[in-house]
Amino acid sequence: MNHLGALLLLAINTALINNMVFHFFVGNCPFIGVSRRIDTAFGMGCAVTFVTAVAAMLSWTCTYFILAPGAPLTTWAWRQFNPTSQAVVDLSILNYVVYIFLIAAAVQLVEMYVRKFFPALYKAFGVFLPLITTNCVILFVCLEIMKHVSGATGPLYWGPDEALVYAVFAGVGFLIAIVIMAGIRQELDHCDVPKPLRGAGITMIIAGILALAFMGFTGVDKGLEAMFGK
Amino acid sequence: MSEHMGHPDGPTPLERFLNGILPENPVYRQILGICPTLAVSNSMESAMTMAGAVAFVLVSSNLVVSLIRGLLKPHLRILVFTLTIATFVTVADRFLAAYMHEMSRKLGPYVPLIIVNCIIIARCEVCAAKQSVITAVADAIGQSLGFALAMATIATVRELLGFGTWFGLSVMPKAWPAWVVMILPPGAFITLGLLMGAVNWIGAARAGKSAGGGGEAKKA
Repeated sequence: MNHLGALLLLAINTALINNMVFHFFVGNCPFIGVSRRIDTAFGMGCAVTFVTAVAAMLSWTCTYFILAPGAPLTTWAWRQFNPTSQAVVDLSILNYVVYIFLIAAAVQLVEMYVRKFFPALYKAFGVFLPLITTNCVILFVCLEIMKHVSGATGPLYWGPDEALVYAVFAGVGFLIAIVIMAGIRQELDHCDVPKPLRGAGITMIIAGILALAFMGFTGVDKGLEAMFGK
Repeated sequence: MSEHMGHPDGPTPLERFLNGILPENPVYRQILGICPTLAVSNSMESAMTMAGAVAFVLVSSNLVVSLIRGLLKPHLRILVFTLTIATFVTVADRFLAAYMHEMSRKLGPYVPLIIVNCIIIARCEVCAAKQSVITAVADAIGQSLGFALAMATIATVRELLGFGTWFGLSVMPKAWPAWVVMILPPGAFITLGLLMGAVNWIGAARAGKSAGGGGEAKKA
């Protein structure tokens, strides 16, 4: 299969089949907390998609050039001081600290950019924008990219294009999930939900039913692969 | 109340410790830390490993944040919290990879995802950044026990119904048809939703009884 087809499959796989919320359970806090109204849910989903894309590009660059075992920049710096050393320099112990720092930086960047150029959007996001720092979707995407850059070579290796597609469609998957949930919850306002289940309880049960529905996408990638040929 | 150390504002360390277990249970009451609760609760063994890792990170980072609380700047505090947490998560992750390799592979990305677990950031923000070391540690231990309790209840239901086992030991009769859906993602969501409803129902019934009025809440 050609490169574009592989990217398309990766996109469908990330957004629908292995949906962030319904398959990996990441991003559940905003999924429960910010899914009361469709417009705020849509805004939150877009913000997460954007930040994920920025953070993924930053973390791919950092992993590839600095953190991965035998990364070019680190090796070069090491050789400056130890010209005769043949050791493989591995900084991957710093991965988590660096990713958290990059995510916080990306959120700050996006916040400043949005405040400068889209003041209306900035007001609509309000407190949600800084809270994205602690959204698991972004860290999950960074970790997944790390797994495919350091340690894995051959077909598992991800270049910047795969990393970007993965990040954007992880965000789109989250957007789809949170908008569906907000739509259902708006209708739910008119229903007589048993009192103990009101709020988070019924939301979790609906999420379970939606997860069942999303399980129906299993195998779509195999079908598409067969349809387009190898 | 011998632990009363003179905190005119707010609960004593002992009260904070007890509050964390049930009245302010992080999962059932505050709806925090849902991601690991759903993701690794399909067997007791992985659930308890995750609870242990969260307890270690929560207590250590609460301790450190409480020690440096005088130096925190308001606009940088979330960054300082997450960097502190990330350091301890790296320690926990390396430890698991070294001594419990199988379990570390099974938990996969959910160990590093402890960094963005809202329970820990919330406790740093609400308690550790404002209170003395003893209060912060008591609070962290109480919250960790509450989290472990929540993980244990969900994992018990899911493992019993899904595999017919508990901690890997066969409990259910041989003829028990394993409910595969309980192991899969939908089972996690539905179990947690129903358990939340049950906890609220019991809470409302007890509050109703002590207030004299009959609990009018009824289960679906």
